[in-house]
Amino acid sequence: MVNALDPQNMNSFSEASVSVEIETEDMTLNIGPQHPSTHGVLRLVAKVDGEKVHDVKPVLGYMHRGYEKLAEVRSYPQITTLVNRIDWVAGFSNEIPFIAGAERLMEIEVPERAKHIRLILTEMARISSHFVFNGAYALEVGALTPIFYAMEDRERVLDLIESVTGGRFHPNFNRIGGVKPAAGAGPTSKKNIQDLPAGFYRDTKVAMEKVIQAADQFQNLIGGNEVFKKRTKNVGVLTAETAEAYGVSGPILRASGVKSDLRTQTDYLPYDQFDYDIPVGENGDCYDRWDVRVKEMIESAKIVLQAIDSMPSGPLQAKVPKVIKVPQGRTYVRAENPKGEMGYYIVSDGGLGPYRLKVRTASFSNVSILPIMLEGALLPDLIAIMGSLDFVLGDVDR
Amino acid sequence: MTEVLIKVGFLAIVALNGAVIFTIMDVKGASWMQRRPGPLHVGLRGFIFPLAEILKFVQKEDIIPTEVDRPVFKWAPAYVMVSCVALFAVVPMSPTLVVADIELGVFFALAISSLGTIGVLTAGWSSANKYSLMGGLRAAGQLIAYELPLILAVVGVVIQAETMSLVGIVEKQIEWGVPFVVGGQIVGFLIFMVAATAEMMRVPFDMPIGESELTMGFMTEYSGIRFLIFYISEYMNMFILCAIASTLFLGGYHVPLLPTEWVNFYGPIVLLTKTAILGFILVAVRWSQPRFREDQLQNLAWKILIPASLVNILVTAIMKVGF
Amino acid sequence: MKTFKPKVPGFLIGIKIVIVNMLKTLSPFHSKPNVNYPFEKEKVAPRARGVIALDQEACTSCMLCARQCPDWCIYIEGHKELQPPSKPGGRQRSRAVLDRFDIDYALCMYCGICVEVCPFDALFWSPEYEYSEFNMGDMLHDKERLDDWLKTVPEAEGLES
Repeated sequence: MVNALDPQNMNSFSEASVSVEIETEDMTLNIGPQHPSTHGVLRLVAKVDGEKVHDVKPVLGYMHRGYEKLAEVRSYPQITTLVNRIDWVAGFSNEIPFIAGAERLMEIEVPERAKHIRLILTEMARISSHFVFNGAYALEVGALTPIFYAMEDRERVLDLIESVTGGRFHPNFNRIGGVKPAAGAGPTSKKNIQDLPAGFYRDTKVAMEKVIQAADQFQNLIGGNEVFKKRTKNVGVLTAETAEAYGVSGPILRASGVKSDLRTQTDYLPYDQFDYDIPVGENGDCYDRWDVRVKEMIESAKIVLQAIDSMPSGPLQAKVPKVIKVPQGRTYVRAENPKGEMGYYIVSDGGLGPYRLKVRTASFSNVSILPIMLEGALLPDLIAIMGSLDFVLGDVDR
Repeated sequence: MTEVLIKVGFLAIVALNGAVIFTIMDVKGASWMQRRPGPLHVGLRGFIFPLAEILKFVQKEDIIPTEVDRPVFKWAPAYVMVSCVALFAVVPMSPTLVVADIELGVFFALAISSLGTIGVLTAGWSSANKYSLMGGLRAAGQLIAYELPLILAVVGVVIQAETMSLVGIVEKQIEWGVPFVVGGQIVGFLIFMVAATAEMMRVPFDMPIGESELTMGFMTEYSGIRFLIFYISEYMNMFILCAIASTLFLGGYHVPLLPTEWVNFYGPIVLLTKTAILGFILVAVRWSQPRFREDQLQNLAWKILIPASLVNILVTAIMKVGF
Repeated sequence: MKTFKPKVPGFLIGIKIVIVNMLKTLSPFHSKPNVNYPFEKEKVAPRARGVIALDQEACTSCMLCARQCPDWCIYIEGHKELQPPSKPGGRQRSRAVLDRFDIDYALCMYCGICVEVCPFDALFWSPEYEYSEFNMGDMLHDKERLDDWLKTVPEAEGLES
């Protein structure tokens, strides 16, 4: 270390200075598996100096349930049941890419009505997931009431999903070739068609109007609030290059300025028939990530309203044999989940179930940027940044 | 001797009742703001739930972890409670209904209220828990930082009233005809309310408790009666600071147009009403705002509130001397 | 994208929204979003998956439901009985009789595959949900209990045109 008082080093007396370094040891803080804000059982081993975080190591795996192993011994309808528990907040959107992969291998053409129903339910799942994000993020930043408003408005959407499919979070409504056609296979159950129930259009219109109003209320209650802006603006800035390098996807990527939405490339759902915007952020900080999701909620509500007006009629499922065996082949299907990009890599050997199923989840890649973003952040910022990434541990650990 | 005992009993009853009223206002108000009914099945539509809470905490086991510093840990809640209850002694409910009308009433109140800092800091440090430690350190910084705007805002009132005794300040407001908040101390009032919210460690200044990060901060390791003392003294603190604010700025026990012979009867009611209105505003702020980060909090205190209060004193002094 | 910049300071709008919601909760003219369970129960959709009901007469122990269950939570045992012939001098027919049909609701994932594959109309969904027990062994519903749930199965409702 250069001694500043050494006469040879002093160019002029005005530059003389004494530097005293106080040696401090960092405290290792375990933001442990049980914590109010980690969205599940995520463990972060953080080296903290006072309030500043120096180094964060995430420890994953507390919620690993072994999906890929479970899928080796089960058939396609059974795996559909399991798979919507990966991202349990938006249950329906996990089933769709898996079934689309099997349909792609079998080369089945799905009827139009089934595609529209699938699209409506996927967008409702997206709205439901973003409601949870809005309420829970406000709770982590400190505002204690928006979560109640979010849950109240979300109940309407979940009731709609329940009236069509029978389940709120785990609908299990997709079948290879379309959606669930009838309640059973017996002589009378075959006639009990599981189409949209009476009153669905009216209730959906009411619910979507309320969703748009709720998004406006969130903008007023939280988005314009000075304290919230101070907590989230310029906090956790993620540049577009870093985001693309780490494989981050979904609203986080869009908030960093990259206009990439997989819905434009999805061919198994009719997104090209509808008119919607793709909200893109500027700075890539926590405020932009929050704002992008609120605007996405409004866009999803608009898509559902358009889809209801233009629902084609027709059968609910294509003609499939009674015992479905998917021919040999392999395929990878991508989808735009509410949390990011989800992908299924299915390897089939002609049997009742896949030979190998690999699940690529959005939250696993999103969590990988935590050590980069949390360098030098304060402890409250850590909570704000983690909340804005919107991951769910079921999605991370599968 | 009996007079002292009566006064102490009066203090205890008023303190507890104030805390209970504010608990009901906070919890029931929060429930209504969140579109839900709140505690319903405990008593008369749920309004006697503080009694149930007190009984629940009293009968719980008192858990003391092995590695704590035992004497410090045990006595920390006492500091906080003493600093709250002692404030009740100077607030007047009418010109004669006051426990002790000291000449230096305001000075006494501000000095005693800063004792609570020791309790919070020692509670955080002595619990052998890193999260409590962080809560205690944040609390130390916050409470000390916000003492200054609190004191400086009151100095403006003292200059305008020319006396430090609380009864004297109310009498001065009666003499002027308008309460001080209208008569020139509006800035002082706002500074006092912001600083008082920070002294009580309520949202938006509840970093030391920081519920979504530190799960109860410096109070994490406390259970049973010790936690009850912390909890009740938080609401007592809220009650008494709102009462002091309404005495200093809003005119205390006085309402124009009512006859002054009956002031011993309507004085307490008027003071309670004004305190409740201020408390309601604090409750609405608590349940709608996010919380500040620690450095933004300190920023607010040192760079915004203290200069504003110094300017307030300057302007008050000039107006007092000039007119 | 533009940051939301309201004309009135943000925290005042927040306080106003909160107080307006409080008045909405207190006023008798606004509907409440809460259901005072257990004194009031909310209306559940008829298709909701609450519990599975069994029609014993229709079941032929074909084991399709037990095989297709992802959790293998259905336990079936049956035997064949010889019935008297339908016309005199004819062949004796055999009929399957159910000994045991248990569904373990502690394992059941409420997916509905068993109801969907049954070819004999023996299993139905019912929206009943209040059957929690203190003892986990009581979550295994046997034949008689599953038969009881048949009374709660709703009619098939009307569809959107």
